[in-house]
Amino acid sequence: MSDKKKKKLTPTQQEYQAFAKEREPQRPVLANCLKAFLVGGAICLLGQGIQDFFIWNFDFTEKTAGNPTIAVLIFLSVVLTSLGVYDHLAQWAGAGSAVPVTGFANSMASAAIEHRTEGFVLGVGGKMFKLAGSVIVFGVFAAFIVALIKTF
Amino acid sequence: MCNRQILLDVAKLTPAHVMSILVVSGAVLSGLGLYEPLIDFAGAGATVPITSFGNSLTKGALSEAERTGLVGIITGIFEVTSAGISAAIIFGFIAALLFKPKG
Repeated sequence: MSDKKKKKLTPTQQEYQAFAKEREPQRPVLANCLKAFLVGGAICLLGQGIQDFFIWNFDFTEKTAGNPTIAVLIFLSVVLTSLGVYDHLAQWAGAGSAVPVTGFANSMASAAIEHRTEGFVLGVGGKMFKLAGSVIVFGVFAAFIVALIKTF
Repeated sequence: MCNRQILLDVAKLTPAHVMSILVVSGAVLSGLGLYEPLIDFAGAGATVPITSFGNSLTKGALSEAERTGLVGIITGIFEVTSAGISAAIIFGFIAALLFKPKG
């Protein structure tokens, strides 16, 4: 809680806040980091494997193999999301499964499936970018600014 | 992945905030010319995380701007990333067609 908010509380409330904070279970930061590292690393390792597969078996260079690799990873992630497996993984791995591109696909697919009950236009179409939208908006805007600075 | 988990745990940000921060940092690193060496070193370890999305946005905008000038920044932004976004939209929609939400 920020200091500004704290000032508005009565002493009893402040006391309670301190008491509640003491009882709050500590987040196992180190263990969480290790899990995130392992799962994120495993996903990237899988990506590297797919990329090498494309380079060896088809006419791809290291630069052009990136796109099909990402498409395959997204496909796998959507399949796992549909089967409800990815959510369990995300529960365990935290940022490890959210940060790779599979997490991006997961957020879109899960939003699309979740809001299906609201209809295809308003639910699936409208809510698909509910979580992924912020990533695209901030990414595009940042890229625009950076490119503008670099061009001049 | 590790620093990201710290952002989640210690700074108590939501995953959406963390991902937005990472995309922006990827775009900025790309502008500084630091992301390409990272890809050369780490391979898919650098192209799979979401920071690479920011990198691709900037890279597309810059390369198109070189060819066609100022308008290229607008037209080029999605040039490299279109595969990822299109794939996510198409597969996501198919998934929504086929599957019903689970409790």
